[in-house]
Amino acid sequence: MKNNKLLILLRGIIMENPVLVLVLGTCPTLAQTTSVIGALGMGVAATLVLIGSNAVISALRKLIPDTVRIPCYIVIIATFVTVVQLLMQAYLPALYEMMGVYLALIVVNCIILGRAEMFARKNTVLDSTLDGLGMGLGFLVALLAMATVREVLGAGTFASLPVPFFKTYHVPILVQAPGGFLVFGILIAVMNKIKEKEGGVKRKSFSCEGCPSAAHCKKASCGEMSEFHTPAKEVNEHDA
Amino acid sequence: MTLKSLILILMGGVLVNNYVLQRFLGICPFLGVSKKFSQATGMGIAVTFVMLCATAVTWPIQTYILEKFNLGYLQTIVFILVIAALVQFVELVLKRFIPALHRSLGVYLPLITTNCAVLGVTINNITDGYNFLESMVSSLGVGLGFLLAMVLFAGVRSKIDNSAPPKCLQGLPVTLIAASIVSLSFYGFASVVENLLK
Repeated sequence: MKNNKLLILLRGIIMENPVLVLVLGTCPTLAQTTSVIGALGMGVAATLVLIGSNAVISALRKLIPDTVRIPCYIVIIATFVTVVQLLMQAYLPALYEMMGVYLALIVVNCIILGRAEMFARKNTVLDSTLDGLGMGLGFLVALLAMATVREVLGAGTFASLPVPFFKTYHVPILVQAPGGFLVFGILIAVMNKIKEKEGGVKRKSFSCEGCPSAAHCKKASCGEMSEFHTPAKEVNEHDA
Repeated sequence: MTLKSLILILMGGVLVNNYVLQRFLGICPFLGVSKKFSQATGMGIAVTFVMLCATAVTWPIQTYILEKFNLGYLQTIVFILVIAALVQFVELVLKRFIPALHRSLGVYLPLITTNCAVLGVTINNITDGYNFLESMVSSLGVGLGFLLAMVLFAGVRSKIDNSAPPKCLQGLPVTLIAASIVSLSFYGFASVVENLLK
């Protein structure tokens, strides 16, 4: 039983890492990884919201009618985002300024809505809280990994402290917008390569399965998503 | 407020501060629905349309209700609910009165509720202290910028599909690297806009 709980926690961090494996929450991953401190702030804020929303949604799972569940989830998530916003504004004003609009945009982060839809509405409060913590930490770890690469190579600093050698030879483009896409692409390619060596080749594609509008998304792209998800086996895996 | 400043806001939204390629907002539809030119155009027009509607509704709410009664801290909750309701409403109105438009844009509308670019532009308009007209122009610019990015990227995507990258790069990684190069190309526009209005 105890092992089971540990598994839920670890799954979010490693096996089902929301960013690197499920490829959810791409926007903050790209936008908030120019500095390690920004990534830390984003990761912690999202983790707090995720734990709170997962716990509340799971506690209310028998009360929320199925047909209006998405608006209900959005209200619950937006409430926690507002709480985190106010706390951060009061105690960490510098970080609050730095994160700007992205803090409010945690509301529409697909990881949070995705976990509500995929996990919290079917599981107990304790399990959902652990899942929220695990997924949040997984998000944090991925953000930190990307921010470390971008900040050290792009600005020659780590958490604003200068790093020898890189301080002199750094590539500023990496902390700008194009660098975000590039580093994320390469990071996923490296993950693919590692998995390839381990044998289990599971090619990553842009995933929508965690997103509540996934059904519409597939409709909108007229089955293009399944082409994007090739090989076909993978689609079934996602659907299951 | 002159015409020049409005044009600057518009061009800034389209080219300089392109939401997708420079600010990373609305990446999901950018990567998910940009496989075909027609889809990219449809999604882009739908997003522009919803952005304009959302701004027309959220700006008065912020100015005449939230700020007047010191409820500024409710901004996030109110805006996302208003946008969600608005998208549903727009869909119903289109279905009833302009079925032709609904047929072409209808499938994209439900996707837009959780599109961070729409929430992002409404919040940014408030943060930047724009008045109503400036907010509308800014939303139009951002929407057109989104459309432009989608259309350009759909063209790039069709080329990628015909290439054979190494196995570990196939799918998402190569798409992201292509997005990186498209994003780089937008740096060229920044100075064009700066010098255009001097």
